[in-house]
Amino acid sequence: MDNIAGHKPALTWAVHISVLILVLAWLFPTVGLFVSSFRTADQISSSGWWAALFPTEQNEVYRAADPDDNRVADGDVFVVSGNVFEEAGASEKTISVWGTSSREISAYEAGETADLGDGETLTLGEGGAYEWRGNDDQISGRGQRIFATVTAPPEFTLDNYENVLLSGNATDGMTKAFFNTLTVTIPATIIPIVIAAFAAYALAWMEFPGRALLIATVVALLVVPLQLALIPLLKLHLGIGIGKGYLGTWLAHTGFGLPLAIYLLRNYMVGLPRDLIENARVDGATEFQIFTRLILPLSFPALASFAIFQFLWTWNDLLVAKVFLIDATGETTVMTNQIVELLGTRGGNWEILATAAFVSIAVPLIVFFAMQRYLVRGLLAGSVK
Amino acid sequence: MARIEMRNIAKRYGSVEVLRNVDLEIEDGEFIVLVGPSGCGKSTLLRMIAGLEPITSGDLLIGDERMNDVRPRDRDIAMVFQSYALYPHMDVARNMGFSMEIRGEPSDERQSRIASAARTLGLTALTERLPKALSGGQRQRVAMGRAIVRDPRAFLFDEPLSNLDAALRVEMRLEIARLHRRLGTTMVYVTHDQVEALTLADRIVVLNNGEVQQVGGPLDLYERPANKFVAQFIGSPTMNVIAATGAASTVLLNNGATIELPAPGDASAVVEMGVRPEHIDVVSPDDGDMTGRAEVVEHLGSDTNIYIEVEGVGPLMVREHGNIPAKAGDLVGLRVQPQNVHLFARNGTAL
Repeated sequence: MDNIAGHKPALTWAVHISVLILVLAWLFPTVGLFVSSFRTADQISSSGWWAALFPTEQNEVYRAADPDDNRVADGDVFVVSGNVFEEAGASEKTISVWGTSSREISAYEAGETADLGDGETLTLGEGGAYEWRGNDDQISGRGQRIFATVTAPPEFTLDNYENVLLSGNATDGMTKAFFNTLTVTIPATIIPIVIAAFAAYALAWMEFPGRALLIATVVALLVVPLQLALIPLLKLHLGIGIGKGYLGTWLAHTGFGLPLAIYLLRNYMVGLPRDLIENARVDGATEFQIFTRLILPLSFPALASFAIFQFLWTWNDLLVAKVFLIDATGETTVMTNQIVELLGTRGGNWEILATAAFVSIAVPLIVFFAMQRYLVRGLLAGSVK
Repeated sequence: MARIEMRNIAKRYGSVEVLRNVDLEIEDGEFIVLVGPSGCGKSTLLRMIAGLEPITSGDLLIGDERMNDVRPRDRDIAMVFQSYALYPHMDVARNMGFSMEIRGEPSDERQSRIASAARTLGLTALTERLPKALSGGQRQRVAMGRAIVRDPRAFLFDEPLSNLDAALRVEMRLEIARLHRRLGTTMVYVTHDQVEALTLADRIVVLNNGEVQQVGGPLDLYERPANKFVAQFIGSPTMNVIAATGAASTVLLNNGATIELPAPGDASAVVEMGVRPEHIDVVSPDDGDMTGRAEVVEHLGSDTNIYIEVEGVGPLMVREHGNIPAKAGDLVGLRVQPQNVHLFARNGTAL
């Protein structure tokens, strides 16, 4: 009697902890990718994505302006003044300590004046303004080097996206692969749903000999791994002249998705109240009208959940695309394949990889969050009783 | 509008016989109630009229056409289900207009029929609601509205009131009676509730174990039950049936009491005697045909029900009109009204 409704199951805490772990396991890499995709290569290599929202401390090397062009006479000394941050345009950086030699980069506090010997001095303020004084001899040649420890505010950039999506660069560009993936995914989601909905209705509500056997066959097909069918199917495609291409990929995805689709939808439809369908029959509806006016709208949660599944795994698919779609020209490459190639060509450029990865998961995320409310059953409320 | 005729209809699922030898003629405009305990085949018979169950043998005629193999949608019959079976994704108006919509009837005609049906059932304010936003009684009305919008040849009701609470059930019962008087359409109504059967029906068909026990008007069944099953099924509280032996024109009970029958006849085949609770009078202890001790007394205001244990006869249920001052433990005398006694032979048929 302990487990009747109203009592909390003993393992509530275990459920909560598992949920928390799952949420964190999902959230960390996703947010990490998202944040990294807005950072520059330097930022990624100097700090982790979790530090992106906080100011970072970096050691930078600057050089004072060229004395020959910029020095100004002040009595018998010459002065070069300016700001080390000028060219970056980032006025929010601050300097904490600095030095004039690579061995002593923290010799002076910001605002202090360094004595460079023989009356030559350099003053560097917190905001990057400097003043370099000395005689004619000293203020000449190349500009004085300044080693500064700079605290930079958090900074995000859209450059990665511009690079990946808009630059049209053949090796980095994801745009074409993105549309190729869409071209594969949308028909590969819609075709099996349409076929499976008809099949599921027939298997659930129409009496015909051999129905049970057909259902058993569908269930049996669920456990056949798709790898088994790859080569025979490709041979068939080549044999009947479909060859490699979108049509063959759609057919392959449809075939591999159908057993689960029929099974899911049939199980859902068979659970619809029998009275509803019989009432429609007495009301004068044909089987096709029952299917379109009643079964389809009422099965929407099941259709939507299967659509989400099918969309996600055709979107993320690499194997079927490699076998049935991608040929030597590379014109039909999909995003998963593009990312694999990026790993080869741009393996060290995490900002490119992160951005490419995020582009490829963005659409599934949108689809999931837009459709997840349909995963919740509840459309039947009020129909019977 | 049509008459419905069943000729020797039977229904078998494999070797299980659910219905047999059903012969029934339902006149045009008649209100027929199929009544019986659960599992007696009454719903199956209704579904066979609707075309939702195939008929194993026999003929079903609607409007003098043989309908055995006609699809449900071509029978022009409306059915109200126990569960109401409202389409959950359509509002009330579309639910009611669905049958016309799929027949492609013009929209303005449809709207006016929906509006008039909604008016009849008091649903006008609710036409834009979804079924889930309706109460049980409102859903029931929508289910009926859906049937009357069609103007079918016959209405079939499958226990339409059994999901409602008691007060609503009485109200909807009246509503259905009114509807029948107004439309005058043939109605076949299935219920296990004898009160619904007795109040609504022109004729009642009592079914048990897949066979028709008796067909007749409500009072016929009450006054002249054809057998022990009908006698005990119709009437509330249930008829008392006690072992008895008959001789010439008297009936002898096990405790030695004799009851003189008013009409002389041969009562020798009698093995049981039935008498309704309201046909036993309470008299002073030594006055009646027998004496017993009251075990439970129920004061209902208008009536008093007394459970009496009579030695040698068994428990008897007695209903007295009005409020009588008996209480549990009292010794009471009982007098059976001889003109209201039912006698049953060994096979249960009434004599």
